[in-house]
Amino acid sequence: MSHSHPEAHADLEAGEFGPDLGEVFGPRQADGGPELVQLLTPEGERVEHPEFSFDLDDEAIKGFYRDMVLTRRIDTEATALQRHGELGIWAQLLGQEAAQIGSGRALRPQDYVFPTYREHGVAYTRGIDPLRLLGLFRGVDQGGWDPNEGNFGLYTIVIGAQTLHGTGYAMGLQRDGVVGTGDPDRDAAVVTYFGDGASSQGDVNEAFIFAASYNAPVVFFCQNNQWAISEPIERQTRIPLYQRALGFGFPGVRVDGNDVLATYAVSKAALQRAREGQGPTFVEAYTYRMGAHTTTDDPTRYRLSEDLEHWKLKDPIQRVKVYLTRNGLADQDFFDEIDVEAEKLGEHLREGCKALPEPRILDIFDYVYAEGSPEIDAQREGFAAYLDSFETAGGHR
Amino acid sequence: MSKITLAKGLNAGLRKAMEDDPKVLVMGEDVGKLGGVFRITDGLQKDFGEDRVIDSPLAESGILGTAVGLAMRGYRPVCEIQFDGFVYPAYDQIVSQVAKIHFRSQGKVKMPIVIRIPFGGGIGAVEHHSESPEAQFAHTPGLKVVACSNPVDGYWMIQQAIKCDDPVVFLEPKRQYHADKAELDETRTLADADPLFSSRVVREGTDLTLLAYGPMVKTCLASAEAAAQDGQSIEVIDLRTLSPLDMGPVLASVRKTGRAVVTHEAHVNLGMGSEIAARITEECFYNLEAPVLRVGGFDTPYPPSRIEEEWLPDLDRVLDAVDRSLAY
Repeated sequence: MSHSHPEAHADLEAGEFGPDLGEVFGPRQADGGPELVQLLTPEGERVEHPEFSFDLDDEAIKGFYRDMVLTRRIDTEATALQRHGELGIWAQLLGQEAAQIGSGRALRPQDYVFPTYREHGVAYTRGIDPLRLLGLFRGVDQGGWDPNEGNFGLYTIVIGAQTLHGTGYAMGLQRDGVVGTGDPDRDAAVVTYFGDGASSQGDVNEAFIFAASYNAPVVFFCQNNQWAISEPIERQTRIPLYQRALGFGFPGVRVDGNDVLATYAVSKAALQRAREGQGPTFVEAYTYRMGAHTTTDDPTRYRLSEDLEHWKLKDPIQRVKVYLTRNGLADQDFFDEIDVEAEKLGEHLREGCKALPEPRILDIFDYVYAEGSPEIDAQREGFAAYLDSFETAGGHR
Repeated sequence: MSKITLAKGLNAGLRKAMEDDPKVLVMGEDVGKLGGVFRITDGLQKDFGEDRVIDSPLAESGILGTAVGLAMRGYRPVCEIQFDGFVYPAYDQIVSQVAKIHFRSQGKVKMPIVIRIPFGGGIGAVEHHSESPEAQFAHTPGLKVVACSNPVDGYWMIQQAIKCDDPVVFLEPKRQYHADKAELDETRTLADADPLFSSRVVREGTDLTLLAYGPMVKTCLASAEAAAQDGQSIEVIDLRTLSPLDMGPVLASVRKTGRAVVTHEAHVNLGMGSEIAARITEECFYNLEAPVLRVGGFDTPYPPSRIEEEWLPDLDRVLDAVDRSLAY
């Protein structure tokens, strides 16, 4: 990347290991390259694209603005809760709001989402109370929502594992006859999220192969936020990620991940393609992780502040605000109301987080097996008797 | 009544399960037209179609990972791992996903997946084709692990495993696939069969209890027969289930005989025998006349096939342990 320090990939010079990385990641690619699908520029200007267009009205854009502000509030509030010791850790999405809201809002109710652990904005679009997301990070549960209520799978922490689950689910949709029927209320697709780091995982590549082989209705939505904890995108790939799709036999698209109009349009087209039975699509949402990997991470050890400054100019929320303001589509009251709403959401998270019920040790035996196990029953019984023995002995054994 | 091999028993059991429940799918490498490298799925794709008998790309993690998604969609995948030593590419999906999703979701998502693994040695194969990885799965909470030893059990147990709402690692002694035939009474129903997670006394005796599963059941029965000629009365138990263990019949037997020898092809160190010995010691300490002994593979990688019969526990190694136990 032209804006990154030359030493960042000094050990990856051309000739020694492969192609000239200056060409691959140099000026041509720095802002996503010439094939980047963009419909709203960082300056808030609407632009046309020959293949993808935004087909909703300005009210919808105002809705997206609200979604992104509230999503950012979930993120900043949860980060603050971690700083106050209420969460053990939090995986921040700062800067990725447009990628998540655009793709999430392109979904229909019957579609199914297989997320990583960072899809807080997508969860919000699926109607999941953000409070439920906090349980995992507070350590009171390992996923506090019913995946089948909003068709939103549980957060998956092993990198890339969920892409295979999504592909398998999509294979199930095919067997259930809900792909390619032409009925918009019936045809369904899967979207599975992952990151640039995950693109190196075997599971992700196997998911591509299975999906291509069976023509499964799945959209592989990669948020390329440039960083896998401390490792830059150069460590994961020698070509722009979206170009990998060609090698697997399905289309790949690179979209401006900070442009909510473009992520919506591209996701909608990819999902529709899947629902119609035309198979998988790889969507690379080209974005930037503005925060740390998680609250335990320290990005100052491995990346430069000018990168951050460069990407601040591409903020996904600010460009929509500029568009709405400059075109007289929203007045100050509109923005103020959303800020009030965000404040309420923050309060909901602050109060609700502390009230999340604590897990109880004897309950952990309940869900190891669906049909139970005599061994687990015996362990529960033995441990319960052990705990009781303290009480009968007046707090001491 | 008909006489069947273990391969036929498993094939017929799979067929019956697929007839009974349209949500049952078979998936794996070469399970379609070829019928699997051991022919366990022979003819199933022809009769149930490519949507239900799925030839997968050559990727074990992909097989198990997509099975998770299919299970979430309400299907009951039966995954064939071609050989024991090829299960490791799928190990992460099995241990981190299949085994944990029910727990993670607090019971909201079930994982009714059967993972069929031909296991054990004695077929003259190259490396990675003769292993016994059962303890690694029995050590994983959330999985259930069973091993069949004979054609009739194969027929019933595979159907029971498919009906189970928990993930089941289903171990099949590959050297028994085409070895012995047994009578299958097809008039019986699944309800008549012994429960899946139960152990069974397969030969009664009074002097010592021999414990076995999978391929070692046959070896132990032969050992007991040989010992009988020396006047020793050996009880043999087919454990059948490895997780959960069904210790009831084991403990009752050891209380009677006072002696136990656990056998398996798997390495002895931290193998199933270690856990079973510990449990017998905890529950039957005052009944024991001798320490619980273990007979198994050595703690080496599986050997080249020309010496595998020396490496594998056989009748003589079992009887040696029997003699050592009886000498206490």
